[in-house]
Formats: sequence, structure tokens, C-alpha cells
Amino acid sequence: MPDSKTSFSEISPSEFFYRNRDLAGFSNPARALYSAVRELVENSLDACEAYSIHPDIYVRITAPEGSPNRTDSNHYLLKVLDNGPGVDAKHISRAFGRVFFGSKYELKQARGMFGLGGTMAILYGQITTNKPVVIRSSTDGKTLEVIHMMIDIQTNSPIILRRESLPANGSTGTSVEVTLEGDYPRASIKIQEYFKQTALVNPYANITVVDPQGKLSFYEKATEQLPTPPRETLPHPHGTDVEALRRIIKQSKDPNMLKFLCKNFHRVGDKIARKFLDFAKIDPTMSPDQLSNEDIVTLTDALHNFEEFLQPDGSCLSPLGEEIMKTGIMKELDPEFVVVSVRPPAAYSGFPFIVEVGLVYGSKQLGPGLQLLRFANRIPLLYDEGNDVSWKVMNEEIDWKRYRIPQDAPLAIITHVCSTKIPYKTVGKEYLADRIEVEREIKNAIRDVLRKVYSYLSHKGSLEMVKRKTNIYSHFLPLIAKFSQDLSGAEALPRYKKLLESRGMKDSETNTPETNTPEKEQSEPDTKPLEDEEQKEEKKILRFSKEGQLTLEEFADE
Amino acid sequence: MSRGDKKSQSSIRKEDVRTLIKNIGKRVYKDLDSQIFPTLTLHTRSVKNLVYDPNLRQYVLGASTVTRSSQNIKQIRPFTQLIWLAYFTDKLVSEGKTSTLRDVFYSAQAFDVEFSDQSESDDIITDLEVILSRAREDFNVYPEERSAIFGDLDIEYTVKGYEGRGLNLTSHPDGFLIGPSLSTAEFIDTSAEIIIAVEKGGLFTRFVEEKVHERFKAIIIDTAGQPPRSTRYMLKRLSQELKLPVYVMTDGDIYGEHIAMVIISGSANAAHLRDLAVPTGKWIGVWGSDIIKYKLPSIPLSDIDIKRVHELKRDPRYSGGIWAKELEVFLKIKKKSELEAFAKYGLTTIVDKYLPEKLEEAKSY
Repeated sequence: MPDSKTSFSEISPSEFFYRNRDLAGFSNPARALYSAVRELVENSLDACEAYSIHPDIYVRITAPEGSPNRTDSNHYLLKVLDNGPGVDAKHISRAFGRVFFGSKYELKQARGMFGLGGTMAILYGQITTNKPVVIRSSTDGKTLEVIHMMIDIQTNSPIILRRESLPANGSTGTSVEVTLEGDYPRASIKIQEYFKQTALVNPYANITVVDPQGKLSFYEKATEQLPTPPRETLPHPHGTDVEALRRIIKQSKDPNMLKFLCKNFHRVGDKIARKFLDFAKIDPTMSPDQLSNEDIVTLTDALHNFEEFLQPDGSCLSPLGEEIMKTGIMKELDPEFVVVSVRPPAAYSGFPFIVEVGLVYGSKQLGPGLQLLRFANRIPLLYDEGNDVSWKVMNEEIDWKRYRIPQDAPLAIITHVCSTKIPYKTVGKEYLADRIEVEREIKNAIRDVLRKVYSYLSHKGSLEMVKRKTNIYSHFLPLIAKFSQDLSGAEALPRYKKLLESRGMKDSETNTPETNTPEKEQSEPDTKPLEDEEQKEEKKILRFSKEGQLTLEEFADE
Repeated sequence: MSRGDKKSQSSIRKEDVRTLIKNIGKRVYKDLDSQIFPTLTLHTRSVKNLVYDPNLRQYVLGASTVTRSSQNIKQIRPFTQLIWLAYFTDKLVSEGKTSTLRDVFYSAQAFDVEFSDQSESDDIITDLEVILSRAREDFNVYPEERSAIFGDLDIEYTVKGYEGRGLNLTSHPDGFLIGPSLSTAEFIDTSAEIIIAVEKGGLFTRFVEEKVHERFKAIIIDTAGQPPRSTRYMLKRLSQELKLPVYVMTDGDIYGEHIAMVIISGSANAAHLRDLAVPTGKWIGVWGSDIIKYKLPSIPLSDIDIKRVHELKRDPRYSGGIWAKELEVFLKIKKKSELEAFAKYGLTTIVDKYLPEKLEEAKSY
């Protein structure tokens, strides 16, 4: 029997992502440069926020030196520096040199999920330029650890080339310098947009960006207020899978199933645990260690199917909140009108999430027409808009006619979904899947802000109407006075001025009909005798707009 | 009746208009001075408000009225325009000047009163006519288009600068324009026994050349299509003051028929006015039946023509007599013919043969 030529070999996570880098957003030099910037900046922001530090991030992209004929002419040096807590000297190499090593395997809201992105950027830099990454970090402000290293892709482990400790300048933080193949001219628009939107959704952060031309952009923080940091939370029964359940059982030292459930799951108390065990036909006194593999599968199904578990609460989430979101919007978009709607916490498959939606009317920063800015866990999502759930809601679920917003109104909708697990469709983190629960929350929030902009616009319209009316009267009444004086042969103008004042006053208050002169509304003048039909048409339109307000009442309490 | 009386009558008429105009101003002034938004009430000029008055034998406006209020945001602009027009025409009449419809449109701009186009200012002029129950010519506003008159009639001007100057209307072979001066002139003397109004300038010239005025003792008027008001007013005066019968000769089509109808029964657009209709007038042709009878060259009716016939059939003015009968003939033969069509049988046939026959026929209806 001939030897089988098929060889089985294990590949490391690094190897896997090396081979599948398209998935993680490193498909071409332009996209890769953008993704690298993004991953490193988001790591920095997460690090700062975890310690309630106002982020101060410095980003520099340095253009390749020398003539364009050189082979490394598209090798960019990317440096991202933050004022975060720094990384402990003994963890640095593994934190940055190993895929799936990180501080983020907890159930609370964070930008990154697996500590994957930063390492991907480093990995990509290494495979395209074969240059080491330089990490500098200080946790105490006194010593600065500097590490030059590369990643052994096959073993998923760091190779330290040089390591030194230097005196620090007094502040903590981390900087990462990576050389990577990029295409700044093609990536620049997305990168600029990324920083602008990041500044919008992180208005408490200072962000400085120096581009390859040496141009500096400074996004200054507009508030001292930080969003309430998320608390770590236990997994919710609905969001637990077989593997997770097995791990929890392994870790726990609980004597019986009742205690096991109460101690290891989110919002499960004695009463609900007993009900559940009854539902799952499990003896409350049984030890978790006695569960067989089949039992674990059955238990997982039961956890998913039991309807009486409480929905996850929002404590593990960190929404921006109305105030911070408005601050960010005002800071970056400077609109005429802004409104924010924050939905109460909701959950899909046991994962809690909160939807926040902002609406911007009349921003000079944005062009005419409807625009959508999407964010998830404070990350701007710039690609694949058309596949996103928010896009779907806006284009398929919202009846725009109801809100009487003109087609080309300068309107932008800003959606922010925060969750312990954002339902991304891909590893590239660019668009959200249309989970029905998420879709419903986004829809309700968008409707809410649309109702508010509707009443803003109607109010604005009626104010303008009052102003225009006042102008009309103050233009025509003096003329009427003058001509009638001349015709009547009177020596002085009639005393019409009080009439004018009364007109202005009454109009700005309410539209109550005056009593001193009867106004025959029903007998519109027909200046053009043969055009009765046209005038009827006009009245129809008027009535229609009155109905519009009734419609508004109708959906006010949805 | 002495000449002096007649002149004063004309100036009385003008004074009367001025009083009416000033009264509007006085009412508005009084309201404003009492802190009341002034209003003006006028008869509705919609088709629904047209009523046939058998005594006047013309269409008049019915009882329905509208009130224009300066309080209404939509009405204050036309209200102002109307008051301005009153002010403006008062000046015109008192200074003895005239203005065309177009002049009115432009004059407004000097007073900060805007009209978006001339049709808007024309509408306001009609409004003032309705309020005053006077034709615009009474407050010295005239249209651009003018028709002509020719015949043995001595007139005497009443317009400023020409008072007392006389003229015989045969003294110029092209005829005289019927403008403000002629419309307001006094009729002194005539040898004419009938008035013939023709639709077309070409036929008017032929009639002058063929001495219709002598052969038929006629005053000839060119209406130049649908006659302007000044011409209808002139016809009315000639008919009433000189007690002469009026005959109308038009093209052999429904549009010609309608020209005759407007001269005789008045137009829907001027139902608020008197003195513009000649109820005793007669349409002598060209009838639909004449196209057959005189074997006139003809062209077929177009779809639009046929549509118009059906419209006219619904008009109460066409409900009987020669009007209804000829409408049916046009619809039946589906043909139309022009006055010039008689030229097929010689240039003078229309005068030598057709006109006398039709005048004779007219005695019978």
C-alpha cells in the first residue's frame, strides 16, 4: 500500500490570517493602509477608555523616501502613539506578536473583539516589507520599553530582535511603528473620512494626524465627559453555545446546578433558575460535573429555548448618550439642527445592544441629499454601506413621505450600535447583519428623530411664514393708505399703523381669527373667471397639508 | 338737443366715473382710519354666475359676490393693486389722458405695485370695471388693437385739445381708427341708413372701393376679428344714438358666427358691463347654408373646430333661432368658408350680389 502523499499539518492562527488576509480588510495596498491605521487607532482608544483616560492619539503616516523607481517606493511608515496605560513589559511581545492574544476576551463592549486587528496590521507590514515593528510602551512614565520584533507566522509567536529600556518622559502610553506596503493617494479620502467620523463619535478625544505630505490635522476634544465605561458581565443563557458552556462548567466549582446557574449567568436568580431546571427536567441538586456531553448539548438547547430568562441589561454597554453624541455631531458637522434618540437596551440571541441615532439637518460639511453615517462600538463603518442593516431600514422600512422631508433636504442620519457582540457580517467589520431585533431598534430610533426633525421643520416653516406675512402687510398696507388718502382727498394718512402692529403680533402668537372684521374665507376671489377648476385644486392642496398634521398626531405614539 | 348739452353729458359721464372711483378711496380710507382692514365686494366673474337678462337681451352677472379683504394674506396684494388702479385711473380721467392696458402694467412699477404679467393687470382692470359697473374706456384705459370706421358721419371731438373740432368719416379712404378720441366724439349728422360691420380689413377696403357707403347708405366698420370693446361700444352708440340697424358680416365658420354673437349679445368676459351689446343687430352671413347656396370654395372642419361647435351648442345664447340652425349646418356639412371665397366668382360679386341679397333676407327674420 503506497504511502499517502496527503500530509496533514496544523496551521497557526497567524498562518490562517496570513492566507486569508482579504477577510480582515487587507486586500490591497490602499485598503490595507486604511485598515492598519484603523486597527491601531482603535486599540489605542480602547486602551485609554478602559482606564478612563481622555484619549490623546497621535498618528503619522510617512511617505516612502527616495525615487519612485525604488522597489520600496510604496512602503509607508505608520506610527500610532497614545496616552493610554501602556502595556506591561512582559506582555508587549505577545500582545502585539500573537494573533488571538489580548485583553478583550471579556463580555463587555469594546471596539476590537479578539485582539486580532493590531496584530494583523503588524503581520501585514511584515509580509509586505519584511521590516520589524517597533513598539514603545511605558506603564509608569519612568521607564520606556522599546521592542523591535517580528512574528513567526508558522508558530504564531513573536521574535524579538532588539529590546531595551530607556528613561521615559513622564507619561504613560504606547506607540507602534509599522512599515507596510500602502497606497496613500488612493486611501487618503477614506482615511480622512475615518478620522473625521472617529472624532465625531469620540468627541472626548484629541486626535492629531500627520499625512505623508506633512499636513497636520488636529481634531480637538469638545467635552471632558467620558461615556460611562462598560462593566464586565456574565454570559446570557440565550447567547451561550456548547463550547462556552463546557468551559464554564470546567472553570466553575459550584456544588449543584442551581448555584451553577445563578453564579455563572447574566440575570439568573434563584427563582428563575428553579423554573428553568424544572423546564429542562434537571435536578437542582445535581453537580455540574456529572453532565455528560449529550447533557451539555441538551442543556444548551434548553438555555436557548427557555423564554422566561430576563433580557440582558445594558450595564455591560457604554453608549455615548445623547449629550456626548450631540457634542460630537456639533463639533464635526456644525449643523443647523441636531437631534439624538437613544433606545433602551435590547438583546439579540442573548447579546445586549443599544441603538443610538442622531439626525443632522443643514450641515455645510455634508452635501445636499440624504446621507448615512454608521458606527458600531464607536467605530466608523465606511465600506459596504449598501449591505448594512441601517441602509436597509432607511431604504425599505421608513416611509419618508410621512415626514414630508423634501428629496434634496440636507439631512444625515447617524446610527450607532453598541453591543458586547456587534453582529458584523465579516471579519472586516464594515457592515452589520440585518438581525431583526437590531433592525427594529434602528427603525424606531430613526422614526423618532424623523418625527423631531419634522416638527422642527414645520415650526421653522411657520416662523418663516409669520415673518413673510408681516413683511407682506408692512409692504402693502402703507401703499393702500397712501392711495386711499389721495383718492379721498384727506389731508393726512389714515391711522393704519396700529393695524399693522396688531397684524404682526397676532400672527406670531396664534392663528385665531380676528373678530373686528369678518373674513370670508369660503369666498375666494376668482380673478380668472374661467379657471374655477384650478382654484379648486389649490384648495385641495391646502386641505391636504392640514391633514398632514393629523397624520403626525397619528404616529406620535407608536 | 343742442351741442352744448351733449358735451356736458360726456363730461358728466367722466365726472360720474371719478365720483365712483373716489368713493372707493373714501371707504378704504375710513376703514383704515378706524383700524379696520378694508374690504371690497364685487360680483363673481365666474361662468356659473352668468345670467341672461331678457330685458337687456344680454348676459349679466348674477347675484353671487366675493369679498376682497386686505386682511387676507392672499388678497392683500390684489387689493393693493386695485386701490392703486383706482388712484391711477382717477389721475387719468382728471387729467384727460388715456392709457393702454400695457401702459397700466408698466405704470404700476413706478408706485411699488408690481404685476407679475399683463394678464394680472388686465384682471385687476376688469375687477375695477365690475366694482364701478363701468367699462375701462370710461376710465380712459384702452386696448392696443383698433378697428376702423368709414362712412358719411360728421363727428365732433370731445377730447382735450380737440374740443369742438369736426370731421366727416369719409374724408380718408382707409377709414378712421376707432380709438379713444372717436369713441368719445359726438355724432353730429349722417346720411347713412344702416351700419355694416365686417370681420376683415380686406373686405372693409373692398366695400370702400365699391362705394358700399353710397350704394347702400351704410357706415362700414372693420371689426378686425373679434371686435375690441371700443368698437362694440361704438356700434352700440351708432345703433342707439342714430337709431340705425346693425348688420354683421363674418367668415363662414363658427368663429365668425361667434363674432356676430358677441357684437349682438355681449361676451361672457364683459357680462358685468352694459353698453357693449347691440341686441337689435343681425348676422347676415356668411352662414353655413350660404356655403351650399353660393357654392363657395370651402375647407373641411378640423377636430378643434368640431370640438368648438359642441362647446357652443352648450352655450344658452345658441339655444335658438338662426344661431342654433347654422351651428347645426356647420356640423352637418363639416365645411367652412371665408369671405374672400366669393372672389372665385369675381372680386365684386360679394358687393354686387351677396350683400344685397342678404340685406333683403335679413328683413324677414
